[in-house]
Amino acid sequence: MEPSPQAKRAVPRLWGELVDWVDNRFPATETWNYHLAKYYAPKNHNFWYLMGWLAMVILANQLITGIWLTMSYVPSGEGAFASVEYIMRDVEFGWLLRYLHSTGASAFFAIVYLHMFRGLMYGSYRKPRELLWLIGMAIYLVLMAEGFFGYLLPWGNMSYWGAQVIVSLFGAIPYIGPGLMEWIRGDFLMSEITLNRFFALHVIALPLVLVALVFVHLVALHHVGSTAPDGADIKKHKDATGKPLDGIPFWPYTVTHDVHATVVFLFLFCAVVFFAPEMGGYFLEKPNFEMANPLKTPEHIAPVWYYTPFYAMLRAATYPLFGVPAKFWGLVVMVGAIAIPALLPWLDRSPVASIRSKGLASKWMLGVFVASFLILGYLGITPPSPLATAISQICTVLYFAYFVLMPWYTRVERTKPPPDRVTMR
Amino acid sequence: MEPMKPNLEDQPSLQRGLQLYANYCLGCHSLRFQRYERTADDLGIPHEVAVDEVIFTGQKIGELMTAAMDPESAKAWFGAPPPDLTMVSRVRGPEWIYNYLKTFYVDESRPFGVNNKVFENVGMPHALIDLQGVQRDACPPGAADCRQLAVDAGSGLLTAEQYDQAVYDLANFLHYVGEPTRLARKRLGPYVLGFLVFLGIFTYLLNREFWKDVH
Amino acid sequence: MSTQSTVGEGPAPTAPNPVNRERRYFLIGATATVGGIGAVGAAIPFVQSWTPSAKARAAGAPVTLDIGKLRPGEMLGPIPAWRGKPVFVVRRSEAAVTHLEQANANLADPDSSNPEMQPDYARNAWRSRRPEIGVYLGLCTHLGCSPKFHGAVQPESFDANWQGGFFCPCHGSRFDLAGRVVKAVPAPDNLEVPPHRFASEHTVVIGEDEATA
Repeated sequence: MEPSPQAKRAVPRLWGELVDWVDNRFPATETWNYHLAKYYAPKNHNFWYLMGWLAMVILANQLITGIWLTMSYVPSGEGAFASVEYIMRDVEFGWLLRYLHSTGASAFFAIVYLHMFRGLMYGSYRKPRELLWLIGMAIYLVLMAEGFFGYLLPWGNMSYWGAQVIVSLFGAIPYIGPGLMEWIRGDFLMSEITLNRFFALHVIALPLVLVALVFVHLVALHHVGSTAPDGADIKKHKDATGKPLDGIPFWPYTVTHDVHATVVFLFLFCAVVFFAPEMGGYFLEKPNFEMANPLKTPEHIAPVWYYTPFYAMLRAATYPLFGVPAKFWGLVVMVGAIAIPALLPWLDRSPVASIRSKGLASKWMLGVFVASFLILGYLGITPPSPLATAISQICTVLYFAYFVLMPWYTRVERTKPPPDRVTMR
Repeated sequence: MEPMKPNLEDQPSLQRGLQLYANYCLGCHSLRFQRYERTADDLGIPHEVAVDEVIFTGQKIGELMTAAMDPESAKAWFGAPPPDLTMVSRVRGPEWIYNYLKTFYVDESRPFGVNNKVFENVGMPHALIDLQGVQRDACPPGAADCRQLAVDAGSGLLTAEQYDQAVYDLANFLHYVGEPTRLARKRLGPYVLGFLVFLGIFTYLLNREFWKDVH
Repeated sequence: MSTQSTVGEGPAPTAPNPVNRERRYFLIGATATVGGIGAVGAAIPFVQSWTPSAKARAAGAPVTLDIGKLRPGEMLGPIPAWRGKPVFVVRRSEAAVTHLEQANANLADPDSSNPEMQPDYARNAWRSRRPEIGVYLGLCTHLGCSPKFHGAVQPESFDANWQGGFFCPCHGSRFDLAGRVVKAVPAPDNLEVPPHRFASEHTVVIGEDEATA
């Protein structure tokens, strides 16, 4: 039977009434419009602008698989290693949950590095996006801590000694170092006590902070809007109704882009999960298939690949300076290297934002910076040698030069004015 | 090292490997994360056969493959308890296991009268000496990095080819035990990727359709 | 129809060419459908991982019990015998067996009509393989408390005419010595009979119907 015309109209009317009812009590439509339907992004967004969304996809993956892994994981010195193998063997599809999580960690960092590179290229940190950038830096720091704490949980031999090395770094701090190390470990060596607190931080504390920071990051982004890759400002030209002529609304245009990108990303991600979850020992390191042994260090300790650039810089510090041992300078260099991008909003004195408008000096420096970061990443994986140390030292200098010299080279170089309207290319 | 390519599709090889492991290794080296039942199921062995020919400890089929020897006396005999071997192939690789088991040789200076070419000063007797026979170092004195070994003719139950096969089967089996879900993982993968390609066609068309509006 | 309209809230920023709305709706529907199938598929590992693991299944493996010392009117248990759940093994006296075989109007389901509650070989007056030996799951069919064994024929506080059986202290459900539930109590069903077999005169294996190995 055909529904009567009244019946046909009844459903939309009821829906409208429901929306009104909710809107009078909660800003549902307003939120929807502000963040999705009427949020405008430059229509020339390219590949690099997909990373933020993909980072959220992988964050969701980490949260969900992490919750499921916690259901079978046992955070104790006796039980941790065995419980991971229990997940791998006895729990139905446990192997898949674990590989999704371990591969997800690497994917998360890969995506975040690409996301940050986008920021460097297109000046995403510049006014008025300084806070957005700083929140992003905070996310990155929390992510590093999250990865570090999580890496101890399988309680493999690499977990154990990797954590031992990183915690020992704090011992380099003058006066308070040794006491601080004991306080972090809660013991005189890495032990079950350390494992338990790292577990709490990894599964509860830091994920809460991470999700909160991601939320604030999005609020800040939607307040100031996205950059365009060519540095054009989409708020300059609006139509009669106030809509940006160079922008596109989130739905359907950004959504369709992001959805397709998600599928392509998942294809690559699943290819690793199903066919190379160990990634030749770079995602899951071989010594970590052996249980933690406080009496036997693995022959070659290297952190997981996403920390190796900073690890290489740590090892590059070999000279004692001003009467302070090299170990301490290594810590300073490493922490400095991680933290210095936070200063970018104030280091960049260029009149233009995008690398497309900036001069040759900026382009070269960015290229040298990326190259030195990759070389350091490689050197951090390999065993130390005199040549490797020398190259690390050069690359460390180049890494810092990108930041330290930025106020100078961005001011003196010749720049092109940014386009008035966005350029589609 | 001599190359060794494991093949998890070769069930007869894995079954022979399990049999050898149960007879020659499981007495000392446990597989304490792996269950008899899963091993039997994955290798296509009926449970009653597994109970008769693999489980010598009176354990139930659902239990973990722990060694019969108690760790305390093991420590007294060998100086250190024999390590658990569930994950040995993930730490060292099946190729290493294959080479290790082939390169025991007579060395009277060692506590068990044997040494090993890939694991120097190993603290373990040659468990498969009955099968391989007495193997001696055939290197000229003072030669560096030499792997030449020779078996005393007729001292072992197996010919050289048979012994190679036996050791291959053992290494293959340990490769399986290291990650028993490996086959399932590689079998499921193509379906997932195939589905994503299929879904990708739709998301591509959807994306293209809407972006026709944007110039 | 306006050529400017799109599917969705936002207007086309610049759209001189006509928009095929039907195609758009179709593509949205098709993508959502295929994506939905994918979401269901992705949920499978998460749902499956909650099923009893190999460890749980091994812990719930069949258990062999020696009942040689069990005397008439006594109960062995509750013992964690079947999938770790409490199991009662009772040896009934001849008088008790005779009593079970008589028609009893007080029982809710004297003929064990619910096939889920016992294997076929236990669909008889004693609800067991042997008249004198009964094997029952010690969990009340009401809300899962473990009933108490009151084997003797004697007046009890809950029943002045008690003929021996099980009494659940949680909500007062009563069962006879064959685990059959009495009328007008909260429990809806007879006590469950787990799969079991006799390996010998004095050995009962709980957890399997037939010898497997």
